[in-house]
Amino acid sequence: MAAVTTSPEVTGVDTQQRAGRVAKVVRAIRELPLIPLVVLIFLLVIPAIFANQLAPHNQRIGVLDDAKLPPFWVSESFESRTVVQRADKDRLDVEIGLTNAQRKVERGEATILSGGEDGTVDPGDTLRFQANKGGSMEYPLGTDKQGRDILSRIMHGARISLMVSSLAILLGGGLGTLLGMMAAYRGGKTDAIIMRIVDIKLAFPSILLALVLVAAIGAGFTTVIVVIAVLLWARYARVVRGEALAIKQQDFIDRARVSGASNARIMMRHIFPNLVNTVVVLATLEVGHVIILESTLSFLGAGIPAPTPAWGVMVADGRDLITTAWWIFLFPCLAIVLTVLSMNLLGDWLRDKLDPKLRNV
Amino acid sequence: MQAYILRRVVQGILAIFVICTVTFALARVSGDPLNVLLPEEASEEQIELIKAEWGLDKPLHMQYLQYLGKLFRGDLGEAIAWPNSTATELIVQRLPNTIKLSALALIVSGVIAFPVGVLVAIKKDTPFDYGGKLFAILGQSAPTFAVGLILMWIFAVQLNIFPTSGSGGIEYIILPALALGYYNVAALMRLTRSSMLEVLDTEYVKLARIKGVPEWKVVWKHCFRNALIVPLTYFGLIGAVLITGSVVIETVFAWPGLGHLVIKAILFRDYVVVQAVVLLFATAFVIINIMVDVLYAYIDPRIRYT
Repeated sequence: MAAVTTSPEVTGVDTQQRAGRVAKVVRAIRELPLIPLVVLIFLLVIPAIFANQLAPHNQRIGVLDDAKLPPFWVSESFESRTVVQRADKDRLDVEIGLTNAQRKVERGEATILSGGEDGTVDPGDTLRFQANKGGSMEYPLGTDKQGRDILSRIMHGARISLMVSSLAILLGGGLGTLLGMMAAYRGGKTDAIIMRIVDIKLAFPSILLALVLVAAIGAGFTTVIVVIAVLLWARYARVVRGEALAIKQQDFIDRARVSGASNARIMMRHIFPNLVNTVVVLATLEVGHVIILESTLSFLGAGIPAPTPAWGVMVADGRDLITTAWWIFLFPCLAIVLTVLSMNLLGDWLRDKLDPKLRNV
Repeated sequence: MQAYILRRVVQGILAIFVICTVTFALARVSGDPLNVLLPEEASEEQIELIKAEWGLDKPLHMQYLQYLGKLFRGDLGEAIAWPNSTATELIVQRLPNTIKLSALALIVSGVIAFPVGVLVAIKKDTPFDYGGKLFAILGQSAPTFAVGLILMWIFAVQLNIFPTSGSGGIEYIILPALALGYYNVAALMRLTRSSMLEVLDTEYVKLARIKGVPEWKVVWKHCFRNALIVPLTYFGLIGAVLITGSVVIETVFAWPGLGHLVIKAILFRDYVVVQAVVLLFATAFVIINIMVDVLYAYIDPRIRYT
């Protein structure tokens, strides 16, 4: 049909093409996994960069008087108990001992509901007092047992998570990529040795290796990064080696060699650019994994040391208070889950776009 | 096939040997064990005495050979932080707890994952399917300790159905087993779903339907058994998850197993116990992996030659 058309139609084809290009861009934007991206930007990236400006309170030093305040939507609760001479241990939810009651009234913490007309507390009176303090917008997500603002700590924790995961992946991924490329390119003994080490590394349960390493070097920020990098490199090496082997077979590598390119040049200029997609996709898929590893190590006391607000440390802080102050452990838990979930969704999407082969890795 | 098995076993033994060496080396780097064995004000003679008693006065390579020799005879050494007990005793005490927990977690994963995986495959692209997807993706994204604590908070603190932590009757093991199994449920369910979908699409299933075989029989007899092969070969991964997961979950729920023990030993710098437990875990891990590889090679002959 196009062959018999006149010039206006030709420009029509041109605009169609242009429209096709626009449609492509629109489609690409529409296919972007929006929710995970938004969650990541607001939960991880913005707090990580602007933690100092955004955090409403100091993340390390708390106000002890404000310890264990609940999140803002929890209002204060009251309890009524009957005053008895000596409270029965099994009935503490309805009874209160006389001395204890008198102390509470003196401090103004309790009011006498009935029977207190004479102004003193006697057995048989009913006492009403504050059981739990209420939350306020001062501390939107509540405070921990040292009176530190949970929201501020989660913001600073985002910075730790982002820093640890990017540095560890840079280090481990870089090392793994280099070794994988060398194994594939050099072949022979180099390949055999590198791949044996990879096998042995993959035969070692990762958390245990991490724990033993941390016990050996001593916990700290640098240790965590090094340990996670040690855990990561083997997978990169294996995947990159497989890809690089396929690339090495292709004609342009032979031609580069014939034209006199050195081994280093062939690896960096001819093989590596063809691996970039794989490496980027692997890195995105690993971020979630690294955040889980880091928080698990911190939770077990073998990661980031205590006063630093890493999410795992915060969860460990709240663990003992799970019966009385749930917000201390729950919010950092949710921060980890949401971040990792979004990162995984983003990684899946990127893999399908850039390197669908990796689906089985 | 024999050659393949032999090769994998030799590789496994090599791996275990390297792990022995690495744990030995790392345990020695991790601070001088003398700091734990002795009070600070110990005299020179006392130090010499203790050194001789623990064999720490010999050069490192002699200590290593001694360690390997003892290991060969099944002697894992005397625990440092637990007076009057050997590492073997400590492990024997706690091993049944870890096995109980892992076994229950494994059963829980199978019992939940296979039927649900089949269900979401049959009901593809319905709310069931989306729910299952969400559940599986959450399983990959939540660290084990978070799953454990959230389950503890809901079922032990809010609903008061189970105790929060510790050990005792059957009610103590349920929450840790669920938490430990969650990741595996998610992974197995996804695998079952995708392999079910593949099988449901084959010619022989269509033929069975044309022949008028009832739908439940098509699903459970013709498809499910064939679809089971893929998830079963992933049991190596599952073993790994159970081992690393048990370290975390036992700490969360104060469950007196090997994971709990190794965390304590690391805190107390008891390198003997750390070495022993890590070695045991790694050996179990290697054995599971070999078994899975052999099983896989048995099912899929192409593997043997790569």
